[in-house]
Amino acid sequence: MRIDRHTLGFWVVLLGLIILVQVLVSLGILSPFWETLLKIGAVMAIVSLGLNLIYGFNGQFSLGQWGFYAIGAYAAADVTYRWTQMNNASGLTVLFAAVALVGVAFFLTAKLVARLRGIDPLSAFALYIVATLIAAVIGVQIGIALIAPVTQLLATLPPGLALQIVYLIAVLLGGCLAAEVSYLFGLPVLTLGSDYFGIATLGFTIIVKVLLDNSDTLLGFEEMKGARGMVGIPKTTSWFWVALFLVIVIVLLRNLLHSSHGRAIVSVREDEIAAKAMGIDVGQQKTLAFVLGSLFAGLAGGLYAHINGFLHPNTFNFIRSFDPMIIVVFGGLGSVSGTIIAAFTWALVLEGFLRILLPTGFETWRFVVYPLFLLVMMLLRPQGLFGGFEFPYLRPVLPRPYVPETEEQVALVHAVEEATEGD
Amino acid sequence: MSTVTSAPSTSATIRDASAERPLLEIQGLTKEFGGLKAVNNFDISIYPGELVGLIGPNGAGKTTVFNLITGIYTATSGSIRYKGIELIGLQPHEITRLGIARTFQNIRLFPNLTVLDNVRIAYHTHAGYGIFDAFTHNHRYQKAEKELTERAQEFLSVFNLHTRQGEIAKNLPYGEQRRLEIARALAASPELLLLDEPAAGMNPKEVASLMDLIHFIRERFNLTILLIEHQMRVVMGICERITVMDFGEVIARGTPQEIQNNEKVIEAYLGRGATALSQKLQEKRGYATGS
Repeated sequence: MRIDRHTLGFWVVLLGLIILVQVLVSLGILSPFWETLLKIGAVMAIVSLGLNLIYGFNGQFSLGQWGFYAIGAYAAADVTYRWTQMNNASGLTVLFAAVALVGVAFFLTAKLVARLRGIDPLSAFALYIVATLIAAVIGVQIGIALIAPVTQLLATLPPGLALQIVYLIAVLLGGCLAAEVSYLFGLPVLTLGSDYFGIATLGFTIIVKVLLDNSDTLLGFEEMKGARGMVGIPKTTSWFWVALFLVIVIVLLRNLLHSSHGRAIVSVREDEIAAKAMGIDVGQQKTLAFVLGSLFAGLAGGLYAHINGFLHPNTFNFIRSFDPMIIVVFGGLGSVSGTIIAAFTWALVLEGFLRILLPTGFETWRFVVYPLFLLVMMLLRPQGLFGGFEFPYLRPVLPRPYVPETEEQVALVHAVEEATEGD
Repeated sequence: MSTVTSAPSTSATIRDASAERPLLEIQGLTKEFGGLKAVNNFDISIYPGELVGLIGPNGAGKTTVFNLITGIYTATSGSIRYKGIELIGLQPHEITRLGIARTFQNIRLFPNLTVLDNVRIAYHTHAGYGIFDAFTHNHRYQKAEKELTERAQEFLSVFNLHTRQGEIAKNLPYGEQRRLEIARALAASPELLLLDEPAAGMNPKEVASLMDLIHFIRERFNLTILLIEHQMRVVMGICERITVMDFGEVIARGTPQEIQNNEKVIEAYLGRGATALSQKLQEKRGYATGS
């Protein structure tokens, strides 16, 4: 692949900024307050990129992103909590086995549904539910059987390394769990029109929040402590990890969007009926965008959980689900660069500068300043702060203009020019 | 699925062998919206290579027929057979993959995408690489994407749009938007093309060039075409056979000559009493040319 000057520049600037922050953090110049804000900015960027894929590129108005973020956060936190506080790998093995088996179950059920032609969506959904339940139960049993050997295996490693490994796998599993839940949830809900889909996903976020409020009693995870908030999660999320995940997410998203699959996703936003008439399986594209967006949300949740070492269901209140929505709209629907910048701006300005600038006791005014600012922006720049702008690397490459070469091609172009002379 | 991938060259030979069998056969097609029968007992047979017109006053149910063929609506009763395959019950994208493409009465491009991407989206079903190739931009992606892009560019040149490849579709002039929509439909490599009022809103010069274009693509891509059109100049000029609809039913079929003199058709368009008027007009014209 040829690397042009602009792309190289983009990477130099991006990696330079990441390393600069790391150096400042290591030297102690950047206070923990600002370091945390930068981490939260990166986490919000990942969540919002996921939402931009769903809403900005695929055109599905979703308020469920925050629910998937919560799922990823609590799932990953539970795994590392059990490792550090309960000294066993039970969270890791059980979640891993369950997620893996449910994934296999989805794959097999999808094959079955494809074979049973003409089955209605709700019956297919019931099939999926049954398959998921069976796979989850078997997965949990396998996971329990694996606890002892895996714990022993990890105990042979140095404790610091073992924790980092458990943490990394926990974050990835949190993302996978969120993706699987979104797949299941999307089956019946993605067939709804865009507005109804928005309301259904809002309901989803509320359900997740209520379940987390009662996680110790209703779900039986005593360590999550329900509405009292989960404490004792190791603070393993360093700037390195969030930056790494952010870069991976940007590259994956960019690569997807610059491919035929990405174009198919965008065509659904542009005109669903025309996309169908072009042979595009609209349902499949919606599922792809939704699951991938939720995967990003789940990953971001796992990263977030290990920043402060504390999780509370109120963080995942549905009101907060508008935060990524606002970031996406602010940065520009369908703009990757805009979303990243808006996420960092959101974290640094709203949580940082305004908190410092406003006198004590006036923090609440942030939520007056902030909507007002948005209101003005919607009036002046409805296409988002950056509109369609993208950084060089993220911009689609237009191929060289077509020049007819062979004699046949030249003759063809002349013939067509004559035929279409009128307009 | 085998029919989807059949190359144009092989399909031409198949067509010769089955020249007597209709490519598209619709029988007893009925679509009800509540109590309204939008299409009632509609029959048509289209043979390979034909250019058939479907005309009728506004609200006659022509576009509904297109929506039924392409699977956007599900028929209340009747059958639509394409190459012997029943289309009712199939999803729109499955029908497209069998080889039926269409354009829309109100242009439906992907408005915010480039001209090139509009065509490239039509190639998605045979892009030749999976989702993991897309994520990694690996060798297979590079190769397939290059091929696909070159094909799309050459394809655009057939429609004299290759110089416009980077422009946003909604910014094109009207005539070029129409042409791009036809180009995009053909990029899905159909055998049967359904054109819904391609000349709507065009001036006489544009109409003339559109007629040339339809002739041109028909030859080049071995197409069978079903055309809805209001402009009689187009219909009478290029269609070989015409079916006329009114209130969801077929009221006449025949060659352009036969249709022009059909009483029922004239009545449907101009109302009762118009037949006598038109006869008078023709007599008058006869006198004029006679003397």
